[in-house]
Amino acid sequence: MSEHSVEEVNKHIKKYIGVFIALLVLTAITVAAGLLHTTLQMSVAVGIIIGLSIAIVKGTLVAGYFMHLFDEKPLIFWILAFMAFFFFVLLLLPIITQSDSLSTM
Amino acid sequence: MDIPYTVSARKDTGLYNGKLGLWLFLASEVMLFGGLFSALVLIRVGNAVWPPAGTPELNVALATFNTAVLITSSVTAILSWASLAKKDLGGFKKYMGITIVCGFIFLMAKSFEYYGKLSHGVVPSTNVFMGVYYTMTFLHVLHVIGGLAVMIYLWGPGSKMWHTNPGRFSNRIECTGLYWHFVDLVWIFLFPVLYLL
Repeated sequence: MSEHSVEEVNKHIKKYIGVFIALLVLTAITVAAGLLHTTLQMSVAVGIIIGLSIAIVKGTLVAGYFMHLFDEKPLIFWILAFMAFFFFVLLLLPIITQSDSLSTM
Repeated sequence: MDIPYTVSARKDTGLYNGKLGLWLFLASEVMLFGGLFSALVLIRVGNAVWPPAGTPELNVALATFNTAVLITSSVTAILSWASLAKKDLGGFKKYMGITIVCGFIFLMAKSFEYYGKLSHGVVPSTNVFMGVYYTMTFLHVLHVIGGLAVMIYLWGPGSKMWHTNPGRFSNRIECTGLYWHFVDLVWIFLFPVLYLL
């Protein structure tokens, strides 16, 4: 951004403030959804889906705008693609462990 | 001899070295926290009742406050970098100062929360949920402390570099901001997983 004009930087700043407000609103929605989930005694799965969906939207806003991922160089995406693959394997490990037939032998 | 590519981008990567290194570090951090989230999934699937019976309620109001504080610190961190892009060192100092204060407020609130639990004998060995809670939140706290140490240095003595090598200093602030946003990102997922679900 150091090569950008002051006007361009000011435009970015407006965007950051917009994202900041959106994050605060989404935090309030997360808490409200959590309370509703308890009050209405919704199923655990519904609670997890709602809570994590909002967290993913918030995470995308932070990574996309604050970390500039939307305008980043291709190499960063390659790094993140590798990371996402291994992260997915890591999350699958519990399922693989539980379905391991050797443990029941 | 000067370290190459601290200001300008390498032709082959399109990035300056510090930024590439920081993103590789963040990828390893995702795996670190990912391992813990994976363990949490395994433990949770293995427990019919979650949190286990007898687990004290977590302070949702305080955690919500802390979420707002971290989000605020994230936006002020990026505003400090934007100030440097406008060649405004005073603006950088102001916004970085607010970020540091927010980091300390987060730590104070977290200490208050820990004290409330520990003084009532609620320790990591109380049950599996509290073990997960203390492990994940304390690892996050360590990351906050690490980020604060770097930001205090760059706000104070480290800011002298602005007068001798502004491009490099600006890049340092960008990398510090990336790390701080990651710390915020981790909390965004920890908050609903531990406090609300």
